[in-house]
Amino acid sequence: MSKFKKKKGGDLPAISTASLPDIVFMLLFFFMVATVMRDNTLLVSNTLPAADQVQKLDKKDRVMYIYAGKPSARYQDKFGTQARIQLNDKFATVQDVAAFVLAEKASKRQELQNVLTTALKVDGDTKMGLISDIKQEMRKVNALKINYTTRVGDYSQNLN
Amino acid sequence: MARRKAPEVNAGSMADIAFLLLIFFLVTTTIETDSGLNRKLPPMEDVVDPPIIKERNIFTVVVNKYNQLLVEEKPLELVNLREEAVKFLDNGGGKGEEACAHCLGDRDPDSSDNPDKAVISLKNDRETDYKVYIAVQNELVAAYNVLRNREFKRLNPNLGLDFVQANKIYNDPRTSITEKERLKPLLGEVKLLFPQKLSEAEPSKTN
Repeated sequence: MSKFKKKKGGDLPAISTASLPDIVFMLLFFFMVATVMRDNTLLVSNTLPAADQVQKLDKKDRVMYIYAGKPSARYQDKFGTQARIQLNDKFATVQDVAAFVLAEKASKRQELQNVLTTALKVDGDTKMGLISDIKQEMRKVNALKINYTTRVGDYSQNLN
Repeated sequence: MARRKAPEVNAGSMADIAFLLLIFFLVTTTIETDSGLNRKLPPMEDVVDPPIIKERNIFTVVVNKYNQLLVEEKPLELVNLREEAVKFLDNGGGKGEEACAHCLGDRDPDSSDNPDKAVISLKNDRETDYKVYIAVQNELVAAYNVLRNREFKRLNPNLGLDFVQANKIYNDPRTSITEKERLKPLLGEVKLLFPQKLSEAEPSKTN
């Protein structure tokens, strides 16, 4: 009979937290895998304009980025306040765009070379002249698919 | 001498360490997908003889260096641009062969014949702000989307989707191939009813 007596001892056993680290590690690995570190340091100010009729730009491997805008504050005494183009961590001129596009194209896999999109991340206060020049250069090298990257928001935010 | 048992390492702080790392990655993670307006540039070939388009079939939008709009020779506020563009595209003033069965517009003989003929021409100055240009582009795309949504709903009343939603599903890489095959002709049909004809002139120089 004394066999059963032990179980009646009152306190609830503490919940084991031994598996807590496992759970947390699982979450940790998820975020480690899902994290994308920024690959380009921005040299230009980049407040994107807002638009609401947007389409998503999926599949990062078939996108190349061209940034443009005024140089950020700490580069302004060296590069001035005129809007500049940034390609791959470096300031560039309009003439470099064609070479950049071709180089990017060559670095992608064969089957992706014809479906590449160029994302133009341009600061809202840039003048259209620069963008037209970029577009002309891209037409020259037949990179015709472009995406004006924007924030999602109402267009009226652009007007002030 | 009796061998002593190695003391067990206390794993109680393991959770703390893992949490610390977890919080670091949580904070640094940006699961960002860019979005924006997709456009296609015209190829560089010289057009030998440009097609002749009737004046009434062209909807001219000019943005000057002060970011002001001139639509069809009249100044216009950006708020009204979408409405005006819809009215122009949906006009359907054509007769006989050029009549437009699905248009619900005013059938004004001085406006576009049918959506297939209607061209929106956008011209901006070199001094125009990019953000205004994007706003104008956004409104023009919106005008097409309004009409395409309407037609998509009319043709597929049971789907419970509009054109933009269907297009989003179609472009999502996670959508199954069978679903894509099903949506493709539906989208194509609507695109044919309201083809996006947006032409951009080279920007003018400021005098």
